[in-house]
Amino acid sequence: MLVARALSKQFGSLTVIDRVDFRLADAEAVGIVGPNGAGKTTLLNLLSGAMQPSAGQISYRETDIKAQDAAARCRLGIGRSHQVPRPFIGMTVFENVLVAAQQGGQAQGADAYQRGVEALQACGMVEHANRRAETLGLLDRKRLELARALATKPDILLLDEIGGGLTDGEAEVLVRIIQRLRQGGIAIVWIEHIVHILVQVVDRLICMDAGRIIADGSPSAVLENQAVMSAYLGGGVV
Amino acid sequence: MIWLNQLLQGILLGGYYALMAAGLSFLFGVMRVINLAHGSLAVLAAFLLLMIDHWLGVSPFIGLWLMLPIMALIGMVFQLGILERSLSGGPLIPLLATFGVSLLLDNILFAIFGANTQSFAPDIGSLSYGSWAIGHSIDISQLDALIFATALVLLVGMHLLLTRSQLGRMIRATAIDAEAASLSGLDPRRVRVVASVMAMIMIGVAGAALGMRSSFEPYAGGAQLIYAFEAVVIGGTGSLWGTLIGGIMLGIAQNMGATINPHLSQISGHVVFLLVLLVRMRMGSLRLGNFLRKRMRPSVVSA
Repeated sequence: MLVARALSKQFGSLTVIDRVDFRLADAEAVGIVGPNGAGKTTLLNLLSGAMQPSAGQISYRETDIKAQDAAARCRLGIGRSHQVPRPFIGMTVFENVLVAAQQGGQAQGADAYQRGVEALQACGMVEHANRRAETLGLLDRKRLELARALATKPDILLLDEIGGGLTDGEAEVLVRIIQRLRQGGIAIVWIEHIVHILVQVVDRLICMDAGRIIADGSPSAVLENQAVMSAYLGGGVV
Repeated sequence: MIWLNQLLQGILLGGYYALMAAGLSFLFGVMRVINLAHGSLAVLAAFLLLMIDHWLGVSPFIGLWLMLPIMALIGMVFQLGILERSLSGGPLIPLLATFGVSLLLDNILFAIFGANTQSFAPDIGSLSYGSWAIGHSIDISQLDALIFATALVLLVGMHLLLTRSQLGRMIRATAIDAEAASLSGLDPRRVRVVASVMAMIMIGVAGAALGMRSSFEPYAGGAQLIYAFEAVVIGGTGSLWGTLIGGIMLGIAQNMGATINPHLSQISGHVVFLLVLLVRMRMGSLRLGNFLRKRMRPSVVSA
């Protein structure tokens, strides 16, 4: 469904992503791990259109989308959440998802309202619909971030460390939501440092280091990979 | 009674300042750009209306409907040609770019129209001097009342548009976080063009009001920018309701100052502006607009 070939991103002389090949199948869930500075978020930025690659190709359902910006890719069905939630401050929770449903999801009138409500229901946020986004705690902000991405009716969700900063119990809430989304047929690419919550959802794991993919396979195989152990933690991956 | 009269006149004058400041406040709210060409653009709008009136021989109220689409077009060119290109260069570049536009406009207008002052007063008949007498010592200028009502309608309309419409939500989302908005499917560039067009229409209406209530000449933009800027700062940057309150406070300060001594008119407004600025610097974001917005926020049922 989503294919990147020889993807590279350079900032001046610094190569952040180095000829990365990536492939995501329909309804597949892929986790990406790696040490800080490995290029994980940059890869997600390239896939979502937030950044343009220095070289390489990106195609979605066999259509070249390299030249398309983030908004266009969102309308095609590639949703994205941020590492640090970025709700539209000053707007209500419902307005946040409504914007996404009307613009990214291209729904109008009652359909947009319905989709907004469904996105909030999927993330357990309906009771907060009329609260202003800035009054939410971290878990609810992350759920709103997820709901907003969901309201665009994505085929693919790109999740950037959505469990970061949460307790294990709070992260479990998100895991259950993401598992339900997976069951609904949405493909997922999930960057996460908290590996034990990641492996509850994904069926494939990628490890990146210094802008390259150093391992790609089943979670157990990748976590036992010697190169991953030394690159990711300098030892065993917990 | 003289103080009550001056208070009323100040409120009405504030309507004009709010009208002049609306476009500046709106553009700042959406793009965080202080448009230093604001006053010059208002004067440009006034000269456009003057040309339309002279060429077609119509009243300024009819010419306005031709001038506003031209201003909208100018807004589109202004956004795509200048603001959009300068936005990525940090906060100083749009400031310098709009300052450059202001200098350019002032001098082009001077080259075309010369230094003579112009006014629409002769073209609007008795409206320019007509008033309603309330008792023996209060007179309400019909034109000032019309301008105040226009400011009120414009600001209420903008508030409703921003809070109750799809376009308003798009503008607000882009203003809050353009990158997050683009990841929700919005095209921030297109939204900014629409916002710039809307700001330019507001500037057009303000330019028409300027030409009706007083005279204007090619270099009149600087003073209009200062009044607009003061109204925006007094009321709270980027807040439309705050702009109305800021304009009224500025108008009242000027009229009260003039009552004490005619020479104190302008300086009273500047003193109030500086005092508000000092208070705000000490207290952080004391925003009247925020205070009001919290009480008028849209809910899930708003379409």
